[in-house]
Amino acid sequence: MDTSTLAIEVKGISKSYGTVKALDKVSLDVRRGEIFGLIGPDGAGKTTLFKILVTLLNADEGTATVDGLDIVKDYRTIRSRVGYMPGKFSLYPDLTIEENMEFFATLFGVTVEQNYDLVAPIYKQIEPFKKRRAGRLSGGMKQKLALSCALIHKPSVLFLDEPTTGVDAVSRSEFWDMLHNLREQGLSILASTPYMDEASRCDRIALCNTGRVLDIDSPQHMVEKFDGRIYGIKSHNMYDLLKELRDNRCISSCYTAGEYHHLLAGAGFDLGDLKQRLIAKGHSDVEIKSIVPNIEDIFIKLLSNEQY
Amino acid sequence: MSTLKVLLKKEVLQFKRNAFLPRLVVAFPIMIMLIIPWVTTMDVRHVNVSVVDNDHSQMSQRIINKINASEYLTLHSVTGSFDLSFKSLEHGDVDAILEIPQDFEKGFVTGRTKKLSISANSVNATKGSLGSQYLAQTLAASIKEMRARLSPAQVGDLVLIQNRYNPTLEYRNFMIPAILVILIIIITGFLPALNLVSEKEAGTIEQINVTPVSRFSFTLAKLIVYWVAGLIVITIALIVAWLVYGQTAVGSLLTIYTGAFLFILVISGFGIIASNISSTMQQAVFFMYFFVMVFMLMSGLLTPIESMPQWAQRVTYVLPPRYFISIMRSVFMKGATFYDMRFNFLALASLAVVMNLGAALTYRKRS
Repeated sequence: MDTSTLAIEVKGISKSYGTVKALDKVSLDVRRGEIFGLIGPDGAGKTTLFKILVTLLNADEGTATVDGLDIVKDYRTIRSRVGYMPGKFSLYPDLTIEENMEFFATLFGVTVEQNYDLVAPIYKQIEPFKKRRAGRLSGGMKQKLALSCALIHKPSVLFLDEPTTGVDAVSRSEFWDMLHNLREQGLSILASTPYMDEASRCDRIALCNTGRVLDIDSPQHMVEKFDGRIYGIKSHNMYDLLKELRDNRCISSCYTAGEYHHLLAGAGFDLGDLKQRLIAKGHSDVEIKSIVPNIEDIFIKLLSNEQY
Repeated sequence: MSTLKVLLKKEVLQFKRNAFLPRLVVAFPIMIMLIIPWVTTMDVRHVNVSVVDNDHSQMSQRIINKINASEYLTLHSVTGSFDLSFKSLEHGDVDAILEIPQDFEKGFVTGRTKKLSISANSVNATKGSLGSQYLAQTLAASIKEMRARLSPAQVGDLVLIQNRYNPTLEYRNFMIPAILVILIIIITGFLPALNLVSEKEAGTIEQINVTPVSRFSFTLAKLIVYWVAGLIVITIALIVAWLVYGQTAVGSLLTIYTGAFLFILVISGFGIIASNISSTMQQAVFFMYFFVMVFMLMSGLLTPIESMPQWAQRVTYVLPPRYFISIMRSVFMKGATFYDMRFNFLALASLAVVMNLGAALTYRKRS
């Protein structure tokens, strides 16, 4: 693939903190104009990768480019071309919304008016409170301010480190709508999230765990290429059911997922046989149905593939 | 708007919005200047004396009256036995005992002088030694008077002591320049260090680090605010010294401010080193405190450098307050000129370069 069509290119990046390996030879590409999701639990190395890409941290090995620029050689140029929203709110709490916006705009050598169109859809929502200090805003408003500040210099690549953590479900959904709007304007976005359900809002995702990338694909294609059989199962005694299924050697994994337990079929799995067995063990109202896997199922399957 | 200007505007805004800092900058020097010169005095007053009078003569009575009249000594009791007086000393009611031997007057007249003895409680070494000295001086004075009455033709003292630059040996005159040093260390050393570390703790420094802003202008903007604060603090302290204690600098104010500004440069550079190597406020405070203790106790602030052991005296050459204290005292009390103090200024300037170079080298935008 031609480099110019890539917003971010990561090649074999590793980073250790003492004996803990935070990133282990991570490679991934983010195309221009796409929303790329970095999906994984805490400790997957998402924040470390972000810090390396926005030139806050040096990688131990590997290379990467952002907007076609080398993260080591051209770090100064990169800093003026990327927008970064750290996981933790890190604007000045004792400055007002307006002052924060102006401050960051001026640091990048632009004015708020110049790029008002780009931030307007987001900034308009908090503009009525522009005289309020950032420290006294609600969580959702802080998030919108942080995004506005990250966008004010019209970056070509946007880095959002867990932008929706700690935000309510409705605001989260709204936030992803805003990101889609930005993508329409030509921005490339790398966002991380620990919420698997947000994966479907990305164009492509990387599933990662403990510093390694398990798989990279579009969410739809990941579901399509899922090669295991997955079932939802319930009975009158969900707790005992879970224990029994976990003891069953024909089942590679089983876990709670709301109303049904999800179970992933292993070698020698037989649906009718399982039902018989459960009834024999005294389970009543046993219900088993075939389901379409979600990203969480895929993630768990990838994890279990790794372990065995 | 230039980058430095917008950074400066932000720092000033934050400084003013802080409920505590602007008040601290004004209240702190005033409070310190109003209280400390009164309480940090090495003058020993009210030394309680018990006299064991074994002589019961006109002369012993004269000595007792003299003690009673002294500003520094307080007559606690006159007893007939040393044991009785010693009990009071053990109790802590008495600081020194004067024993007048039997036939003291007789011996004095005939020339076979008997010795007066002084016993002082020296648990507090300063009070003990100064107390017994005052007592000895008082005795010497009364003996001189009596000698003069016996033979008026006697020659006066052979030794004449004159305390130049601080004729009344007022400890306050010595302390006020030193207090200015402490004020500068706290306002221009501690505050910027804590400010920088707080940006680390709040994570705001990350947001700044991904901007094209250079580390130099970011730090400089912070420092300018505290430099100005430091100069304001000195001005307030000098005004208090003048209004309350009637003390003004004998030398030129320009020399004092030049020295102060150089010292501010050194200390703020030191504060930045402290903030660069610490990631939490706690670490920064401990790091600063360690050195500030050394600065306060080893730079001649409280005790003269000349009375330190040789090795310690050598160490003091790298302590910036040493030079500034010396400049302050010489200019303030003796009216020394810039030229007189050129070596101290040179040393301060070199230390300023070293400290700020260290600050630049320890700063990292990425780890």
